Amino acid sequence: MPEKTREEQLTVSANSALPYRYSAGQYGSRFLEALKNKKILASRCGACDLVLVPPRIICARCFKKMEEFVELPPTGVLTSYTQVTLPFIDPFTGEPRPIPYCYGMIKFDGADNTFQFFLEETDIRKIHIGLRLRAVFQEKREGNIRDILFFRTEKSKRMSKRTSKSKA
Amino acid sequence: MGYPVAIIGTGQTYHCSRRQDVSIPEMIREAVDRALANAGLSNRDVDAVIIGNMEHFEGINLSDLWPVEGSGAFGKPGMKVATGGCTGSSLAIAAYYVVASGLYNRVMAVGWEMLSASAGETTTGIVTAFDPIYERSTLAGAISALAIVACEYVEKYKIPLEQAALAMVKARANAARNPHAHLRKPVTVEEVLASPMLSYPIRLLDMCPTSDGACAVIFATEEGARKSAGRPAWVQAVASCHNHTYLGDTFSGSVTYKNTLQEAARLAYKQAGITRPQAEIDVAEIYSPCTYAELQWLEDLGFCGPGEGGRFVESGATEIGGKIPVNPSGGVMCTNPIGATGLIRVAEAAIQIRGEGGDRQAPGVRTAMATGFGGSFWNEILILSSQR
Repeated sequence: MPEKTREEQLTVSANSALPYRYSAGQYGSRFLEALKNKKILASRCGACDLVLVPPRIICARCFKKMEEFVELPPTGVLTSYTQVTLPFIDPFTGEPRPIPYCYGMIKFDGADNTFQFFLEETDIRKIHIGLRLRAVFQEKREGNIRDILFFRTEKSKRMSKRTSKSKA
Repeated sequence: MGYPVAIIGTGQTYHCSRRQDVSIPEMIREAVDRALANAGLSNRDVDAVIIGNMEHFEGINLSDLWPVEGSGAFGKPGMKVATGGCTGSSLAIAAYYVVASGLYNRVMAVGWEMLSASAGETTTGIVTAFDPIYERSTLAGAISALAIVACEYVEKYKIPLEQAALAMVKARANAARNPHAHLRKPVTVEEVLASPMLSYPIRLLDMCPTSDGACAVIFATEEGARKSAGRPAWVQAVASCHNHTYLGDTFSGSVTYKNTLQEAARLAYKQAGITRPQAEIDVAEIYSPCTYAELQWLEDLGFCGPGEGGRFVESGATEIGGKIPVNPSGGVMCTNPIGATGLIRVAEAAIQIRGEGGDRQAPGVRTAMATGFGGSFWNEILILSSQR
C-alpha cells in the first residue's frame, strides 16, 4: 500500500539568473562566421570522406582530425519533424519559448548527417518526411545559429501528391 | 571477466509528483533503509556507495555530498555517476564494475531525483543537457527529441495510434498492481488519444510523468551475498552504448550505427549467451519514456520484428502472464524520478528474479532484463539471472 504523504512542509524558493558563455571553438567559429555570408560550411574527413555539418575537428566515425572545409548548398531534405505545443521556459532567455513551432532534422545536400532546425511551415498537415527544403537567412546576421531564419519548403510536384491527414 | 556479482537487496521510496514531506537526504534514506532491510544488512556491511542524479533539476552541484547521511557513505568511498537519463542504469553498471573487480564485497548504488525542485520546468533542465551553439534553440527537451524519433517511426511503418495508446493502457494497469508506482489510475485508449498534444505525435498520455523518489540496490560478490536475505539475482551481462554528441548525428543522420539499443542488445546477448531473446528472457523492465518508444524498442531488443511492436503489444504478449511481460511495474511511463528511474528498472528486474513482485510478479522468472536510456539517445542493458 502506498503511504500517504504527510502534511505539507515548508519550501524555500530560488529564482537566480545564472548567465553562461559558451565557446564555439575554432571550427564552430568558422561555421558561424560563414553564416554571416549566407554560406553553410561543413567539414570533410580526409581518411573516410565523411561530411559533417556543423563542421568539427574530430571525425565522428573514425576519430581522425578533419582538416578540409566544404561549402554545402543551402538545400536539403527533411528526415523527421515535430510541432512543439508544450509550454516551457527557454533556458536561453528565461522566458516562455513561443509555441507552437515546427522543427525538423534536415539532411543538407552533400552532408552525411542531419541538422536540427526550425521550419517556416507551421501547418503540420503540410509537413512530411522527404520534403525538399531551402535555408532562409536573416536580413541582419550576427554570427549566430539564428542567422538562419528557418527552412522553407521548396515548391515541387511531390508535394501535391500529399493528402491531408489529421495530426492536430 | 570479473568476479560473479549478485544483487542482494533493493529499496524504493514512495513516489509522487511532489515529495514535500521530506528533504533530499531524508528521501534518499527511505530507499536506503528499505534496501538494507531487504538484504538483511546494515550500513556497516556496505563497503562503498555509488550515487547519482541529474543535477540540473535541483540546482545542486555536489550531489554526492548532499545525500551522504541518507546514503550512509560517510567515511567510505562514495562516487558520483551522472549520465542524464541513463544515470540509474549507469549506477548499476558502475556498482557492478566495482564489485566484479573484487576490491569490495558489497556496494550500494543509490539513484535519486527530486524533480519537483525544478519547479515545473523539467523540460528547461533537459534542454540544457544539449549543445548550446547549434541545437538548444530548437529543442523542447526529451519530449520533442522523442517526438522526432516517433515521427520517423510512425511514418515509416504507418503505426495505428491506437496501438501506441495500448502501451500506456498496459503500463497503467500494471502500475495499479505496484505499490511504488506514481501514476496508478487506469486509462483507456480513448483517454490517451483525447489527451493534449505536447509535440506531434506525442500526447500528454503517451509520455512519462515527472516524479520525486529514490532507489537503492545492493550488489555483492559471492562471499558478500552469503550473509544476506533472499535469493540473489546474478548479473549475467552489462552493456553501455553511448551515442554521438549532436542529435543531428543520431538516427537517420547517424554516421555509425543508427540505433544504440540494438547495439547494446547485441553486446548484452553475446555476453549472456542469448540467441533467442523472446524465448530466453522471461521479463523485461525497459526504460521506455513514451508509448512510441516502447513499441520501437520491443523491435530493437529482438522481441518482435521491425514494425511489429504495435501488433505485439496488441496481442497481449507484453502483459503480465504474456509471452514476455514488459514493465510489470508500470515502467517509466508511470514513475519517473529521473536519476533513480534506470536503477528502478534494475531493482524491478531483481525483484522479479527474487520472487518479491507481489501482485506484479510475472510467473517463472529465471532471466530478467533491465534497460536505461538517456542523453542523445544512448542505451544501457543489464541481464539478471537466478543462476550464477
